Amino acid sequence: MLDQRQLYQRGIKNTIDWWIVACYVMLTLFGIMNIYASVHSSEPNSIFDLTCNSGKQIIWTAGAYVIALLVLFLFNPHIWEVIAPPAYAIVQILLIAVIFLSSDVKGSHSWFKFGPVSFQPAELSKITTSLFLALILSQQNFKMSEPKHFAAVAAAILVPMATIVLESETGSALVYCAFIFMLYREGLSGWLLTLGGLIILLFILTLKFSTYTSLVALTILVSLCCSSYRKRFKSWLTKEVPLLLFLAFLPRLWHALLNRLVPGADLAIADVDPSVTDTVLKASQWSFLLPFRPMYLLGVLLAFIIIKAMIRAYEEKSLALWSAVGAMIIGITLTFSASFVFKNVLQDHQRTRIEVLLGMKEDLAGAGYNVHQSMVAIGSGGFVGKGYLQGTQTTYGFVPEQSTDFIFCTVGEEWGFLGCAFVIILYVIMIWRLINDADDCREAFTRVYGYCVAGILFMHLFINIGMTIGIMPVIGIPLPLFSYGGSSMWAFTTLIFIFLALYRQEKKYF
Amino acid sequence: MDLGRKEKLTIGLVVAAAILLIRLFSIQISDDKYRKESERNAMVYEDIFPTRGVIYDRNGRILVGNKVAYDILVSPKELSKLNYLDTVALANVLDTTVDFVRGRLKYYHTYRTRLGNQSQVMIKQISPENYTRFEEHAYMFPAFKGQMRSIRDYPFNAGGNLLGYVSEVDANDLKKHPGEYRSGDYIGKTGIEAAREEDLRGKKGCHIYLRDATNTVQAPYENGMYDQEAVPGNDIITTIDAELQQYGQELMRNKVGSVVAIEPKTGEILAMVSSPGIDVEQLADIRLHYNEIVNDPYKPMLNRTVQGYYPPGSVFKLVNGLIGLEEGVLQPEDRHPCYAGYQYAAGRKLGCHSHSSPLNLLDAIATSCNAYFCYVFRDILENKKFASIQDAFDHWRDYVLSFGFGRKLESDFPAELSGSIPTSSRYNKIYGRRGWKFQTIISLSIGQGEILATPLQLANLCATVANRGWYRIPHIVKDSKDVRIDDKYREKQYTMVDTLQFKKVIKGMYWAVNGGGSAGQTGRIAAIPGLDVCGKTGTAQNPHGKDNSVFICFAPMDDPQIAIAAYVENAGFGATWAGPIASLMMELYFNGEISPERQYLEDRVFGANLMPPLKKQ
Repeated sequence: MLDQRQLYQRGIKNTIDWWIVACYVMLTLFGIMNIYASVHSSEPNSIFDLTCNSGKQIIWTAGAYVIALLVLFLFNPHIWEVIAPPAYAIVQILLIAVIFLSSDVKGSHSWFKFGPVSFQPAELSKITTSLFLALILSQQNFKMSEPKHFAAVAAAILVPMATIVLESETGSALVYCAFIFMLYREGLSGWLLTLGGLIILLFILTLKFSTYTSLVALTILVSLCCSSYRKRFKSWLTKEVPLLLFLAFLPRLWHALLNRLVPGADLAIADVDPSVTDTVLKASQWSFLLPFRPMYLLGVLLAFIIIKAMIRAYEEKSLALWSAVGAMIIGITLTFSASFVFKNVLQDHQRTRIEVLLGMKEDLAGAGYNVHQSMVAIGSGGFVGKGYLQGTQTTYGFVPEQSTDFIFCTVGEEWGFLGCAFVIILYVIMIWRLINDADDCREAFTRVYGYCVAGILFMHLFINIGMTIGIMPVIGIPLPLFSYGGSSMWAFTTLIFIFLALYRQEKKYF
Repeated sequence: MDLGRKEKLTIGLVVAAAILLIRLFSIQISDDKYRKESERNAMVYEDIFPTRGVIYDRNGRILVGNKVAYDILVSPKELSKLNYLDTVALANVLDTTVDFVRGRLKYYHTYRTRLGNQSQVMIKQISPENYTRFEEHAYMFPAFKGQMRSIRDYPFNAGGNLLGYVSEVDANDLKKHPGEYRSGDYIGKTGIEAAREEDLRGKKGCHIYLRDATNTVQAPYENGMYDQEAVPGNDIITTIDAELQQYGQELMRNKVGSVVAIEPKTGEILAMVSSPGIDVEQLADIRLHYNEIVNDPYKPMLNRTVQGYYPPGSVFKLVNGLIGLEEGVLQPEDRHPCYAGYQYAAGRKLGCHSHSSPLNLLDAIATSCNAYFCYVFRDILENKKFASIQDAFDHWRDYVLSFGFGRKLESDFPAELSGSIPTSSRYNKIYGRRGWKFQTIISLSIGQGEILATPLQLANLCATVANRGWYRIPHIVKDSKDVRIDDKYREKQYTMVDTLQFKKVIKGMYWAVNGGGSAGQTGRIAAIPGLDVCGKTGTAQNPHGKDNSVFICFAPMDDPQIAIAAYVENAGFGATWAGPIASLMMELYFNGEISPERQYLEDRVFGANLMPPLKKQ
């Protein structure tokens, strides 16, 4: 019996993706080294000293390896499929319970504390949600286009996400956006992905520049997509681009004109507050120009184009044109609601972080301080870095949270561009292998789960590193496998190794 | 080419990674802004505090010197790393209480993140002895270190109020001198320390070091190229005679008032006593004594010599006499009657003490006859030359102001006040334009009423008379190589009264002290054998209590070396207390000691307690 089994199944060598394991091990070990460097100071403890973060992290990592082995070799991989629904339910209950039972840690209610040990149910939730999604999407009769099924998927994602927002952990909730990549792979319309990007772009443009800029950008994008879809790129270049360019420069022409007509009025500030222009203009003899403001012109033009496109779409029964019209209308709505969301939905500290990120506010003492110091630390590393344990910025304590959320600063400072590239490439290899392996799988469950893992890792990677180098707002999420912290380390290990176990199962017999 | 969704996602992954790498490349390699900023972060600035300038008296005696003390600094960050700290031993070594130490440590622990790497001053100004003890035990307290500070030392107990005190800058100072001070710096708060702050303070230096990765200071930044050494403050030589000042303070002990002594020829202030004053021991430890001083009902902080407003009393008769002479409405030989006073309205009389009558000018000065000067003042105001009493009064006022009354003398002493001489418009307002005449303001003839002067102005009057018609602005800082004084202190300030007229009244002042006129003398007690002392007593009515005792005098008559004004509040006749005090100071100044015959006088003054009783709150 035993021999027969051995005939069928392939050995460890072939069934485990050693690339992923190698990246995993390298990242955890490199993580420990950098945690040690980040707490290293005038009286150096040993890296193994259990009173400091690096020593503790060694224990966490050792524990994580044990978990990895257990997941890989002890549990039957089928168990994950079985426990997915109850696990999802239990974790959801924990997520809600923690709001009422936890103590306040920096304004968020997301930590359970048992004596010295504390953990975030949100970490577990990433695993259970991934498993649960994998289960739903791997059902025989599952169809993304079926509204009922799509609703189930959306609910499975949005319920934990909303709960985590209620815990005031908006950052962790953002990670759930990662599932959109998996959904895309499983057949979600690419438009939804584009729409997501569009929302972010319009939001930023509206806040940083103006509603007008945002609308012009929207028009440019939609017309580009439309014409490339209809393969009329050339006519787009010759006919539409000049008009769009004219629209883009219209506000400047308008201001130049007004400056000449109504001398003395400082109309440059109209960029900031359009109502100033109105007041100045109203008082002058040129008040009849008011209805010809760029905003009104654009409005009339857009209304005209949209109505024309709708008529045409109706005549041609063209889905693409309908989508374009839809995108335009959604985009316009978004643009006008962006400032509302910004002012009324976001919390104060989030608003500040976004303003700092967009360069609208110089705030080196407050929210901008962390980012600035983190960029100083990373930027001072140069090409090869200052050398291990030779970094000054992180040791002086300029960078806060330096062994957890801002651990990448230590890499940047002491290992330079090379070290950064090394770390990023390790993650990229890992995610790339995850995508590849998942795609290879015949079991839908494994595939969906693999994409979930890849997406989650990617979100963490991009948001965390992006935050330390000032291209993302400061969102307190750890760098997977690297940042100090036991619960996140164990959660990511479990997350990754469940996939490896599932994958191994697949490789063994097929 | 049609890409599968997997490939599109992979491309997305690579693009995202590329965005991160490009951004990293731009901040790590193409932009060296961050490298420079990190160097700045790594720099440690160590302040080098300059020693403050020394203040000398006119004879080279040190009034204010410097001594070394130590601040104990603590690094909160290193503190938080300590596993164990013997707070009892630390408190013992630093000579403070355990509660204090624990309280501070708790504070540093609570705010350790906000305080960051900055060292905090835990205890200020411990003595070198305590510091040596701390050094011996320093191994027990790794997060602590000492920083040398130079603090003020007062070897000679003279001129507490005059010198002023130095203390740490407060929020007010920082606002007033933006950029010049940082918290923890010292600044002169009052007196000479404040007036001459810019000379005395010197320039702070700074050493810049680089820290390495272990937060230990490594080497001077750029080999010390940007280091700056501290520049010590300039020394100041004052015009004060330390011994005279000290003697004046002792004489004025247990009395409220002022003594100001001026060298008439130069305008240099020899002594400036305000009593009760601040002892230099209190100055040295101002932080400890500050509340006690501020809450003292006798207001030792008030420098009465320039801030006290007093009616000058009879010494002002000199001014009216001189004006009368200059205006030609008075001749030295003019005689006026005095029947125990001057009847200026039916049943109203300005009283006088009993003496022979009528008197001429010199006798009137010597006996200080009130009635005589009423006549003089009447003649000044009712001069036919002027169309109205307003014109006459304004003219009189111009004369008075030329003596330095009713305006600031512009001495180099801070917070000098102007005193007050009424204007005709003030009387117009009170009585109406036609509603007042000479009789209404008769008190002005004898230095009472609305006239208020500071003791410095009285001393200046005395110096002016001694110089026969001019004065130099009284000042307290001598010109020296490092510290220049304004040219205005060298210029002679002339009064509107001619020198000739002064010569006519001085004899009266001589008689007042030494006798010789036909009538009595008021200032005999001030006579010093062998010195031609000229003086004028005053007994200024005090609406708040007993009369104030006033005396001004100068000597010798023909070559005046010193002019003194003494003003003792609530002490009665001028000759009783102010006279002896001024005269004793004069004797000490000339002879260096008090002759045995006059020892009794000194004993009497030392023994007297003339502090006015405190009003019940």
